[in-house]
Amino acid sequence: MTTTIAQALNRALDDALAADDRVIVMGEDVGRTGGVFRITDGLRDRHGGDRVVDTPVAESGIAGVGFGMAVAGMRPVIEMQFMGFSYPAFDQIINHVARIRNRSRHRFSAPMVIRIPYGGGIGAAEHHSESAEAIYVHTPGLKVVAPSRPSDAYGLMRSAIDDPDPVVVLEPIRLYRAVKEELADEPEFVNIGIASVENEGRDLSLISYGAMMKECREAVKRLTDDGISTELIDLRTLTPLDTEAVLSSVRKTSRAVLVSEAPRTAGFMSEVSALISERAIFSLSAPVRRVTGWDTVFPLKRSEHLYLPSTDRIVAAARSTVEESV
Amino acid sequence: MRFTGALTSPRMRQILTPSGALVDEAPMDDALASRLYRAMVFARTYDRKSMALQKQGRLATYAPFEGQEAAQAGSAAALEVDDWMVGTYRDAAAMWMQAYPMELLFAGRTGHEHGGRVPEHVNVLPPSITVGGHMVHAVGLAWAERLQGSSRIALTYFGDGATSEGDFHEAMNMAAVQKVGTVFVCQNNGWAISLPTAEQTATETIAEKAIAYGMPGVRVDGNDVFAVYAATREAVGRARSGEGPTLIEAVTYRMGPHTTADDPGRYRSEADREEWVRRDPIERLRVYLSERGRWDEDWQMRIEEQASSEVERAIVLAESLRAPEPEEMFGAMFAEIPPHLAEQLAEAKAAP
Ligand SMILES: Cc1ncc(C[n+]2csc(CCOP(=O)(O)OP(=O)(O)O)c2C)c(N)n1
Repeated sequence: MTTTIAQALNRALDDALAADDRVIVMGEDVGRTGGVFRITDGLRDRHGGDRVVDTPVAESGIAGVGFGMAVAGMRPVIEMQFMGFSYPAFDQIINHVARIRNRSRHRFSAPMVIRIPYGGGIGAAEHHSESAEAIYVHTPGLKVVAPSRPSDAYGLMRSAIDDPDPVVVLEPIRLYRAVKEELADEPEFVNIGIASVENEGRDLSLISYGAMMKECREAVKRLTDDGISTELIDLRTLTPLDTEAVLSSVRKTSRAVLVSEAPRTAGFMSEVSALISERAIFSLSAPVRRVTGWDTVFPLKRSEHLYLPSTDRIVAAARSTVEESV
Repeated sequence: MRFTGALTSPRMRQILTPSGALVDEAPMDDALASRLYRAMVFARTYDRKSMALQKQGRLATYAPFEGQEAAQAGSAAALEVDDWMVGTYRDAAAMWMQAYPMELLFAGRTGHEHGGRVPEHVNVLPPSITVGGHMVHAVGLAWAERLQGSSRIALTYFGDGATSEGDFHEAMNMAAVQKVGTVFVCQNNGWAISLPTAEQTATETIAEKAIAYGMPGVRVDGNDVFAVYAATREAVGRARSGEGPTLIEAVTYRMGPHTTADDPGRYRSEADREEWVRRDPIERLRVYLSERGRWDEDWQMRIEEQASSEVERAIVLAESLRAPEPEEMFGAMFAEIPPHLAEQLAEAKAAP
């Protein structure tokens, strides 16, 4: 069946609720109205209000209660309505969810999923377009995944729910309905920690994840037309990063362009860049380039196009990288 | 579908009934009542026009406040022009009354950063888009005024949903402990997106939460501009004279969707809404004024025309703002652009 990311996520949650009594879906407006993006549409009708719970407007509470449930044996899947509204839950997520296993020497753990719609491009109000994945990646004890296509959205969500540790699932808002794919009757789980090489190439490694994959796919087409053989890597998981996928690609192509819409400084691509410089620098024939958002607040609707990396910016960076090569 | 019939609660203060009858002493003269009536007509015109513009794609997502005009106008009217106001995405009517220019309200909604450029001497913060994070700000503002020897106070608006956020507790507690001059105005409009108030809180009212913090809590008919005004005037008086904060619960109803991106048909029945049409905040004041010989069709037409032309003027201004350049994004991050941002700005300007 042709499926969007939104539908794939819905199906993953539906299947997980059916497969495992311990799963409970909680968040603001996730029940009756099916979530502001309709990701949980119909789940309350099928699984009941005890398992698909509309909570008060209380992100810290949702995360902290989720923590308690997880420690006591449930598998909560909590939703932060938008990434900007996950910030009030930082104390719970960073200080407790991510740490209880270490603090209790494995006696307790918090196997829970924190669903976070993220990224810009929908002309929304302030706080609705954040791309703060670096903060989650920088939090020891959290796994972080960021699917960019329906099969991965399904498969990573199922794996995240089954994972023994807390997993942040970053859901690319502007791709929810923009990327379609045939989904099998029984879609496969996708292992956390494995990147996907979407397109093989010889001249350049284009590396990204989540929402920016759409522009990257367009860029690959244009670069291929230009005769630049581009390898496209969708990291899919940010923590733990599939370092081998990055390094073997860069060793082959000798060039890397890293794409993320997050602010540049100390963004996730700074980490990937550091990895390449530490472990593949002698394979490089050109400096690593990042195409990112700016170190500014994500702007309002009329300025979005000035902020988000465009296909043009990616293509230009790729061309310069190839031209600058030694 | 659950709904608390809060309107009939005996503890809810009402001065002007839905049919326009006075059941208590009017807290204002006819001149002020007429002024508030006119303000509410302006507010509704602004609100309905915004909904229409959003449908045409000229505004980004919009959060309508229809039904809440009295809760906003009645409370804002109790402030001095330089008192602080800290509200939400749904409080444009109150902000406008406290001198936040209508063109800037529109500008923000078109998605232009300039909408946040509050004029000098207007003590209104740009609307809080995060739920609940701003109430503590009103505590700090009022406290600072007191420390600096001023009698300025701060009023903050928030919804029933916001009372579930931890920051609500922290704001209420600190304000009460320090006897800060903050007026907390909860517009309990029955809903937080799809969640009815009865599932937001297990208390029967929002007002009673005040007791736990050691401050007065009052519950008023939020669609009764007299009751809202009277309660706020009292709270403002307490705040200004150093007696501390007050929580006001204005019981009202969100007549429209949560925002233009919302479909209320998924979670509430039209019947609830119909019930509230009868309790319209503007109509009851019209009846009152009419009975006192202060309202007629002519005047109605005149203020509607004035409202339309003011709204048009503001839209034209908002839409004629220069299209944002990259400077708009970079220029207000710090007092001065640091080197790394200057470099990125140059890159943004040269971007293909
Ligand atoms: C911290 C935070 N969490 C969630 C949201 C998303 N959200 C926007 S409005 C809203 C409901 C707020 O309800 P209420 O406080 O009653 O105000 P109302 O919208 O009814 O005026 C929610 C959950 C947000 N903006 N900020």
